[in-house]
Amino acid sequence: MLRYALTRLASAIPTLLLVVALAFMLVRAAPGGPFDTERRLSPAMEQRLAEAYHLNEPLPQQFLRYLGGLLQGDLGPSYRYRQSDVSELIADGFPVSLKIGGLAMLLAVALGIAAGTLAALRQNRLVDHLVMALSMTGISVPNFVVAPVLVLIFAVVLRWLPAGDLASPAHYVLPVIALALPQLAYIARLTRASMIDVLKSPYIRTARAQGLSERSIVLQHALKPTLLPVVSYLGPATAAILTGSVVIEQIFNLPGLGRFFVQGALNRDYTLVMGVVVFYGVLIVLFNFVVDLLYGLLDPRVRYR
Amino acid sequence: MTAVAVPGGLGRHALAALRRNRAAVVSACLLGLIVVLVIAGPWLSPHDYYETDFDRILAPPSLAGGHLFGTDDLGRDLFVRTLAGGRISLAVGVVATAVSLLIGVAWGAVAGYLGGRIDHLMMRVVDILYAMPFMFFVILLMVVFGRNILLIFVAIGAVNWLDMARIVRGQTLSLRQQEFVEAAEATGVSTFSILRRHIVPNLLGVVVVYATLTIPQVILVESFLSFLGLGVQEPMSSWGSLVQQGSRLMETAPWMLVFPGLFLATTLFCFNFLGDGLRDALDPRDRPR
Repeated sequence: MLRYALTRLASAIPTLLLVVALAFMLVRAAPGGPFDTERRLSPAMEQRLAEAYHLNEPLPQQFLRYLGGLLQGDLGPSYRYRQSDVSELIADGFPVSLKIGGLAMLLAVALGIAAGTLAALRQNRLVDHLVMALSMTGISVPNFVVAPVLVLIFAVVLRWLPAGDLASPAHYVLPVIALALPQLAYIARLTRASMIDVLKSPYIRTARAQGLSERSIVLQHALKPTLLPVVSYLGPATAAILTGSVVIEQIFNLPGLGRFFVQGALNRDYTLVMGVVVFYGVLIVLFNFVVDLLYGLLDPRVRYR
Repeated sequence: MTAVAVPGGLGRHALAALRRNRAAVVSACLLGLIVVLVIAGPWLSPHDYYETDFDRILAPPSLAGGHLFGTDDLGRDLFVRTLAGGRISLAVGVVATAVSLLIGVAWGAVAGYLGGRIDHLMMRVVDILYAMPFMFFVILLMVVFGRNILLIFVAIGAVNWLDMARIVRGQTLSLRQQEFVEAAEATGVSTFSILRRHIVPNLLGVVVVYATLTIPQVILVESFLSFLGLGVQEPMSSWGSLVQQGSRLMETAPWMLVFPGLFLATTLFCFNFLGDGLRDALDPRDRPR
């Protein structure tokens, strides 16, 4: 298991470096400097700014400086919000995104697995068709359409739930649902397909032949292998939820990292955008590493390959 | 002569199977209808997508008023704007998918055919790229190089080829073992010619299926960008930017959210159903029994 963990870690490191390098190069390839504004600055002023932000050093040195800062959790100053660092902005926004995203992830995994299993056990029956139709809707209707529609129905017309900020637990309901829906739908489909496959395998037939109850067959024998594809989907699901949180925070006006990111993007605040890309990139790579370990624990076959 | 093996091709069996799939057939018809509407609609309408009518700001939908879908907060006809936006969304979907096909098929076919260490290396690259937060990189691209519609095409296509490369590689691995490829190798056909004349044509079936499933993903990405204000710029519209404008004004003018949202959702729905149907038709293993 230790060897397996080490090889997975060894493959995560180049990915991490690539994420940082790509973001760095993209930003440095940008036409025009970060301080190009309507006002022309004097050459001396420009020089001073370049020195203050180390833009006059050769590129490799700048990259190493950035990497060094990164290791200490320093993502540099924001070019627009002069008074704060990118890491401070991330520290402000991320907890909100984490709460919403984490809840959405829990909801998607729990309900997705339940709905998928139910559909698989009632294959080609009414429940199955219903779950599949709903999940197709969840996959096809983007969450920036779902979210305003949910707000319109439940907050504006029916007035059952609040929308707008995070003042009370009830405020979490709509954004979390809107964020979770596409992933929930996808996980339900994955679980269903996987469960149907597993239930056809010989060892399940053996278990049936031994007269085990359907309940114990599903819960004790079929569920674990069924969940393998779901576990390996957790990485992409996290990426999708982080991406989705960008629009959800916009729609519900939540002070999360996604909103900073969009504002940074619209203001061409290079360091902020790059900082968020790197932060989320590292987060996703690390999460994928954890998922790989989990996969190795669940499926002993993987460990010894 | 190009050898086309039956399992990969869109054979008659597959078409028959597809025709039995009612959801796929309905989706194909609806898609056809949307495409015709989107192409012909703006020509036929008396309004232009940028034309403002200050006497009719936020007019609700009505046939008699001349604005079938109503108007927006600048008095622009929403019917024309939705269809013109559809042109952008569909064009992005098709062009960016074509870009991703080009890269994905070339990458996957080369990796799968050459095999060995090169294959391993090429697939590692795919794995690494797979783990990256690609939407954030597309946004970074938009920020760095400005909001250029051409760049949207290329950026989306260039990051969306990974699935295609994986699937094509898998298919190529099995094609490589077929007799007609061995025969070509034995008669000394060059690697490039084998790829071009024997491998790639046989990938057609899979490629069609995954192209159908890639188009909705790409449309989704474009609308996502436009929703955030990073995609197409005013006065042009795409379904994403229209949904965004609609969501701002949904309490006073719900039609601004409903019509573009409906078009977007229906299109994505149909592509997904059609793609699923095609996949089931080509791959009898997955067919519901």
